Amino acid sequence: MPPRLRGHPLADLHFGDDQPTEAEQAAIDAIVPPADAATVVETERIVRGGRSRRHDLRHLLLPVLHSLQHEIGWISPGGLNGAAERLGVPPAEAYGVATFYELLRTTDPGHRDDVVHLCVDPACAMAGNNDLRTSLEAEGARVHDSPCLGQCERAPALFVQGVGRPDRVPSDDEEDFHLPQAGDPSLRVLRRVGEVDPTSLDSYRDHGGYEALARAIEMGSDAVIAAISDSGLSGRGGAAFPTGIKWRAVADEPGPDKHVVANCDESEPGTFKDRIVCEHDPFAVIESMTIAGLATGSSHGWIYIRGEYPRATARLESAIAQARAAGLLGDDVAGSGQRFDIEVRRGAGAYICGEETALFNSIEGFRGEPRNKPPFPTTHGLFSQPTAINNPETLINVLDIVIEGPNAYRSVGTERSPGTRLFCLSGRIGVPGLYEVPFGTTLGELLDLAGGPTGELASVLLGGAAGVFVGPDALDMPLTLEDTREAGATLGSGVVTVFDDTVDMEAVVVRIAEFFRDESCGQCVPCRVGTQRQHEVLVELQASGRPLAPERSELIDDMALAMVDASICGLGHTAASAVRSALALGLIGNSS
Amino acid sequence: MSSVATETAVTIQVDGQEVAVPEGATILDACDAAGVETPTICYGPTLTPVNVCRVCVVELDGSRALVPSCSRPAEEGMVVHTDSERVRHSRKMVLEFLATGVDVSQADELGQWADHYGADPDRYVPGGQTMDEPVRVQDNLYIRDYDKCVLCYRCVEACGDDAQHTYAISVAGRGFGARISTEFDVTLHDSACVYCGNCVAVCPTNALQFKTEFDLRQADDWRPEDQTVTQTVCSYCGVGCNLELHVQDNQIVKCTSPDDHDVTKGNLCIKGRFGWNYV
Ligand SMILES: Cc1cc2nc3c(=O)[nH]c(=O)nc-3n(C[C@H](O)[C@H](O)[C@H](O)COP(=O)(O)O)c2cc1C
Ligand code: SF4
Ligand code: SF4
Ligand code: SF4
Ligand code: FES
Ligand code: FES
Repeated sequence: MPPRLRGHPLADLHFGDDQPTEAEQAAIDAIVPPADAATVVETERIVRGGRSRRHDLRHLLLPVLHSLQHEIGWISPGGLNGAAERLGVPPAEAYGVATFYELLRTTDPGHRDDVVHLCVDPACAMAGNNDLRTSLEAEGARVHDSPCLGQCERAPALFVQGVGRPDRVPSDDEEDFHLPQAGDPSLRVLRRVGEVDPTSLDSYRDHGGYEALARAIEMGSDAVIAAISDSGLSGRGGAAFPTGIKWRAVADEPGPDKHVVANCDESEPGTFKDRIVCEHDPFAVIESMTIAGLATGSSHGWIYIRGEYPRATARLESAIAQARAAGLLGDDVAGSGQRFDIEVRRGAGAYICGEETALFNSIEGFRGEPRNKPPFPTTHGLFSQPTAINNPETLINVLDIVIEGPNAYRSVGTERSPGTRLFCLSGRIGVPGLYEVPFGTTLGELLDLAGGPTGELASVLLGGAAGVFVGPDALDMPLTLEDTREAGATLGSGVVTVFDDTVDMEAVVVRIAEFFRDESCGQCVPCRVGTQRQHEVLVELQASGRPLAPERSELIDDMALAMVDASICGLGHTAASAVRSALALGLIGNSS
Repeated sequence: MSSVATETAVTIQVDGQEVAVPEGATILDACDAAGVETPTICYGPTLTPVNVCRVCVVELDGSRALVPSCSRPAEEGMVVHTDSERVRHSRKMVLEFLATGVDVSQADELGQWADHYGADPDRYVPGGQTMDEPVRVQDNLYIRDYDKCVLCYRCVEACGDDAQHTYAISVAGRGFGARISTEFDVTLHDSACVYCGNCVAVCPTNALQFKTEFDLRQADDWRPEDQTVTQTVCSYCGVGCNLELHVQDNQIVKCTSPDDHDVTKGNLCIKGRFGWNYV
């Protein structure tokens, strides 16, 4: 159970006349049975319920909305009322939450067909997503445009949202999975990927699984955290924050109502590493989270995974169940005497929910709006309690650090960027896919490893929509935190999207601007309006067929500065970076 | 200059001037204490800061981005700049941005600050997206004109945690499509609304308006300069809420309560706020 929340008292709630249908009621009951309702009338005089009970339940709002969407095909006024009443959530707030997510509908679609989400982001656009749309529509499919689906290496990508049937990803069924670097002995994070049976704890153990947890229990919390700090491990989710400092801060807070969260929301266009890791090595995510839980003295673990990843979700859930059955999760983890268990939560189509504080709000049953920082998650995270949140790639690195020690870990990479890094290669590249190379490998070496550009290299987008374009002159740039920073670039979440000289870059950049406009949570003015106006300027540029006018260039810069300086979160801070780098490189804006 | 520091005071520097404020005070409080005026939109003295509008940002030494003064607690030794190039730029852009999509013609304070910072909402791409919402006239008490809504969240806070605990309205949708809404946009009558009018009282742009004011404005007969304000105590119950009755041509045209009143903090219930409608 999640901890009690302090917070606002709740009024007597008012619900409209719309009642849930039988099917809707069943969808709600499946997540929250009537006996667990916020308010239960036992006899005329005994009513169980009240404020704290409502708070205890609110984190089930998103799961209940998912259930309604999945069974009914949309969230109707009756369904919403039923969910809100069961959980004691004001219906206006439940509506505010339902309308936040792309995968939840609040208008009647008028059919119960599956919805086919088709990716419109760069790798899929280059791979002919428009032709795919045409053929799908000819077959009568309900096609819905989607931002990057995290399958850029097998573009063009689809995700089929089922109504009454399981969600599915067609490419999963066709796939004969292997890593491009399969068998390479230098692989570390990816060592087991494609080798281990991801559905079997025994297989994971045969590949060295759970040795790190045993070692971590022997070492004890302080030694584990010291090793992480000494290793120089930094976050792989985008911000590159030192993991040891984060864990130390959480460990220093009083427990045990503290949390470890694996951020598997992975929605940065061009990123698919977390999907591959979670699908093909799920136990490694569970084991490393468990080490984080014990080291920081947290008893609650959460995996927040994007809703478009059904196979990864299923494999993680199965891994958790197996680990629990083997005593590797639960009240006494592997004989350590410490409690740690993990719950999985699915996102519902919102890039912003990968931002750590938006993710907390999403789990808690509120709109996925980022919180102002400070306070930071290490003291005020999930349920306002101390929280260590990490990307799965960050977490998996912990296994080797615990086993080999920080010095061995530092034997690859550079002094300031130790270890290896996963890169997601897509676009005009010989062998798209997931690669692991030591920090310090140059961009050119990485592209060569992936078979080289397939055409005349024009530019590379590093770090995804939130990143920057670099030109062919950047091929010698070592891929480290320090070198990219110095070059005004970023590694971000490891996106490397390759463009050749045949790609319509104006269309690419307009799409990036559209992505930010669509994905802004809308909370703060600089980003809500800035992303909208930035998109309008680029659409105007595209339609004009002329070079960017000086006053438009100035406007773009003015908007960018305000978004960087005054937005609440990283989405606003980075919303102009790819656009401006494309202009600076002359990829767009100078047609005559 | 600085007031006498007590044990629980923190001293910070605002534009080169040292000011002491009680612990827990915000940078905005410190600016006030230093006599530095700060534009605010989403901040309200009776509301928990949501820091979403970002017009109050200041430059804080040691912080990469600007920080919202309305919510950031003042800490000992902070050095704050409220009139640097960067601060002026972001404030101007926020005001400019709002004016490009929202009808701010009745948001007087906002307009004054927009002039102060030289906001130019006309330099954007013609035909850009706007709020584009019909006026919701659903009863005789108050109207909602979301073309004028800057999404400051103040009404949501007033209806929810900060005053009324009714939760009749929330933010729905996302990004530029975000709107203040009841569930499925049902009428206020069908929602949880109890017509306390506390949302109307906190709205900074007149997006929420007394129906009386709306009708007079429609008739081009809204004349604040000809209105008198009479202080009285509400007679409906024993709580003792202060009322300010705004009278034009011998008609009560709206009713407010002072923010700094101990009992109401600016809030009322339907009887005090709209009871005169029935008299
Ligand atoms: C708009 C936005 C989206 C983000 N999405 C993700 C994500 O999908 N996965 C992730 O690990 N981090 C994401 N982050 C970064 C997280 O806020 C956070 O820094 C990260 O999860 C911390 O883990 P790490 O230290 O292991 O990198 C995002 C940040 C922003 C601003
Ligand atoms: S920067 Fe954008 S995404 Fe982040 S809080 Fe502000 S509006 Fe929301
Ligand atoms: S009138 Fe009162 S109850 Fe109705 S929406 Fe406004 S604040 Fe909420
Ligand atoms: S209606 Fe008024 S108070 Fe409510 S968010 Fe809009 S501008 Fe703010
Ligand atoms: S899946 Fe299409 S770009 Fe990532
Ligand atoms: S007044 Fe401070 S952010 Fe709005």
